[in-house]
Amino acid sequence: MADAAPILSVKDLRVGFRTLDGRVDAVRGINLNVKAGETVAIVGESGSGKSQTMMAAMGLLASNGSATGTVDYRGRNLLGLPKSELNKIRGSKISMIFQEPMTSLDPLYTIGSQLIEPIRRHRGLNAKDAHAEALRLLELVRIPEPRRRLRSYPYEMSGGQRQRVMIAMALANDPDILIADEPTTALDVTVQAQILKLLADLQKKLGMAIVFITHDLGIVRRLADRVYVMRSGEVVEEGATQAIFSTPKHDYTKMLLAAEPTGHKAPPPPGAPIVLEGRGVEVTFEIGGGFLAGDPMILRAVDKISVALRQQQTIGIVGESGSGKSTLGRALLRLLPSTGVIRFGMKDIAKLDREDMRPLRRELQLVFQDPFGSLSPRMTVGQIVTEGLLVHEPGLSRADRDRRAIEALREVGLDPAMRNRYPHEFSGGQRQRIAIARAMILKPRVVVLDEPTSALDRSVQKQIVELLRDLQQAHELSYLFISHDLSVVRAMADYIIVMKEGRIVEQGETEAIFDHPAEDYTRTLMAAAVDETRFRAAG
Amino acid sequence: MLSYVIRRLLTAIPTLFVIVTLAFFLIRVAPGGPFNQERGLSPEIRANLEAQFGLNDPLWLQYFNYLKNLLRGNFGPSYNLPDFTVGELFANGLPISIQLGASALVLALLVGSTLGVIAALYQNRAADYAVIATATAGSTIPTFVIAPVIQLLFGLTWSLLPIGGWGDGAFVNKIGPVLTLALPQIAIVARLMRGSMIESLRSHHIRTARALGLSEWSVVVHHALRGALLPIVSYAGPAAAALLTGSIIVETIFSIPGVGRYFVDAALNRDYTLVMGTVVVIAIFTIVFNLIVDILYAVVDPRVRYD
Repeated sequence: MADAAPILSVKDLRVGFRTLDGRVDAVRGINLNVKAGETVAIVGESGSGKSQTMMAAMGLLASNGSATGTVDYRGRNLLGLPKSELNKIRGSKISMIFQEPMTSLDPLYTIGSQLIEPIRRHRGLNAKDAHAEALRLLELVRIPEPRRRLRSYPYEMSGGQRQRVMIAMALANDPDILIADEPTTALDVTVQAQILKLLADLQKKLGMAIVFITHDLGIVRRLADRVYVMRSGEVVEEGATQAIFSTPKHDYTKMLLAAEPTGHKAPPPPGAPIVLEGRGVEVTFEIGGGFLAGDPMILRAVDKISVALRQQQTIGIVGESGSGKSTLGRALLRLLPSTGVIRFGMKDIAKLDREDMRPLRRELQLVFQDPFGSLSPRMTVGQIVTEGLLVHEPGLSRADRDRRAIEALREVGLDPAMRNRYPHEFSGGQRQRIAIARAMILKPRVVVLDEPTSALDRSVQKQIVELLRDLQQAHELSYLFISHDLSVVRAMADYIIVMKEGRIVEQGETEAIFDHPAEDYTRTLMAAAVDETRFRAAG
Repeated sequence: MLSYVIRRLLTAIPTLFVIVTLAFFLIRVAPGGPFNQERGLSPEIRANLEAQFGLNDPLWLQYFNYLKNLLRGNFGPSYNLPDFTVGELFANGLPISIQLGASALVLALLVGSTLGVIAALYQNRAADYAVIATATAGSTIPTFVIAPVIQLLFGLTWSLLPIGGWGDGAFVNKIGPVLTLALPQIAIVARLMRGSMIESLRSHHIRTARALGLSEWSVVVHHALRGALLPIVSYAGPAAAALLTGSIIVETIFSIPGVGRYFVDAALNRDYTLVMGTVVVIAIFTIVFNLIVDILYAVVDPRVRYD
């Protein structure tokens, strides 16, 4: 198979976008090829052009994008094809699944009708046969109760199930090539593992080639035969997976391989005082209800949880989406109404009203996941960072605040000269540094970090993890670190709480949890992360 | 869904009650009354008239009497058009205003959405700019300019349409007023549709539809358009309520015996019962059309559920 001629070959592909600042080149003349039945990975960080390469091949570039070069599929150049000809190939011979399972299906149509439409279009089946085929495909991707699911709408399904439906749609017409653009990035780790296994099984069964576009080296190592490493629109290295991992040649590849967060956090000194403690904390949400609508449904998002955070300790709270981990973090900071006891230092803060909480807010800070949405686009970085000072230290003069902003930005590794710029001029990693500076300028004692690294590239994640650890050391901070990413948690936390459906299923010292997880749920959660850890030990 | 509709109609009762109460007392706060106009009635006649209509009673008694009559479906007599009850005025005028308003609404939705979709598909190209320019012009030129221009060109210069009048609802008599009512709405709908369609075309599931090799027709009409309709639906509800209850400008310029002029005339003349009647009619239309919008939402978008 390895000697077979390629079925897809990309030659000197260039992709550019017209923008207000002139033409931006996303892909600068790359060559790659895919042979029948093999698994190829295109690896790179955000902005490397890895997605745009395949978007161009599929004719899916945004309207301001254009591509030159050739994308040869079995003797035909896809780039030059008229749309009607291209539509006979895409969805049929070459199909694609995307990173965003939550939004990639049409919310207004049932799963069944969305599956049947491409089947009928490409194979000309009648409605009854197409329906039977749709059912077979849902069974193929192992969706429970497929008959019922045909009548479901996307919003009634989880992210993992939606991605299975996407896979079913992509495989509906028996493609030669399946392009998977970050197919598991938006999913919980346990679901990630299931989807990857499904793809591998399906490939074995159906024999199509798979092109993985990913930043996740764990996926590459497990699944790919060959790897292309992309950076700034160019392929910097290519080769067999084994060779790339054992003897990377290009510096960028080496950097990527070393980019997994490493190191450990030592536990706090014995006898370190408890700074923030929750006892029997419970958060409930009412769903529905109202005038003549009957009683509301009660959802117990956090169910009587007790947690004690010591000075200089980092407690990692892990769990899948919906496990209540973010809700717990917010409740402990009194940002959500809850019942139970919450003590900060010596003080019970559970009953304090907004006014009485305000002076304590500066010591209890929160950093969010989304470095794009959590900074006001209309304020300069200097204003954003010093906004809290206006509330908590109203006596400061403008010059004093400016001095504090310079200090804070320098501390998080940003050039203070940039404080008069606006957030959109910064990268994701820089924005997260700004968000951290905004919290640190108030000299807090407890910081809740809610997925602070999840939206970032691996190499940037590593830097942020190191920054957070340094800040903790320097200021004796206590962290509640909320994350679904176990390799980051392992590097950050000295104690771990595993949550599921609002309850703690397991807790303990980080190493103990990773080495001897007691609960099945913890073990499945660990599966993906442990895999990556092994490969790191080997590589 | 049925229980939702019943619940919504039940909540409409207190809403209407509040509106009626507020309107009743607000109009009484305005200085003057229905019978102290420049006509210079002698004090005796005025006192007689006021006594006849119960305007000398304490305000709270007048309020309760009005509510009592309203509950029986009786809007009371008009003070300034003494040959008619308010109910009769609406029975005569409302069907006319509704005909014009409904025609204008349908025209605006069809033409406006089509233009909007075309503009979105040819974003930043000639067709798009043409639609935007027309729409901007359409929403900036006031009705009282459009109406006389239509009268002048189609009525006088080319003698294609009657200049005004209702003509017992003859088709040609409706063209001018309907066009005048529809043009600004076409402009608004086209701009809304363009924005909403552009956003819809950019969404991930459209990319999926393209990646599956679906035809452009299916991508645009089947998948993009349906999602893009929601903002139009939200706009159409209040717009319908406003259009169907008549326009003073259009009805005055084209001499149409609708109800659009009542609101302003009645308020100026302190024709209390007619003001109240207009308020109640507009409130009912608004409540009903908002309910229709919410029901349509659930029809278009399966994620919207009201149980």
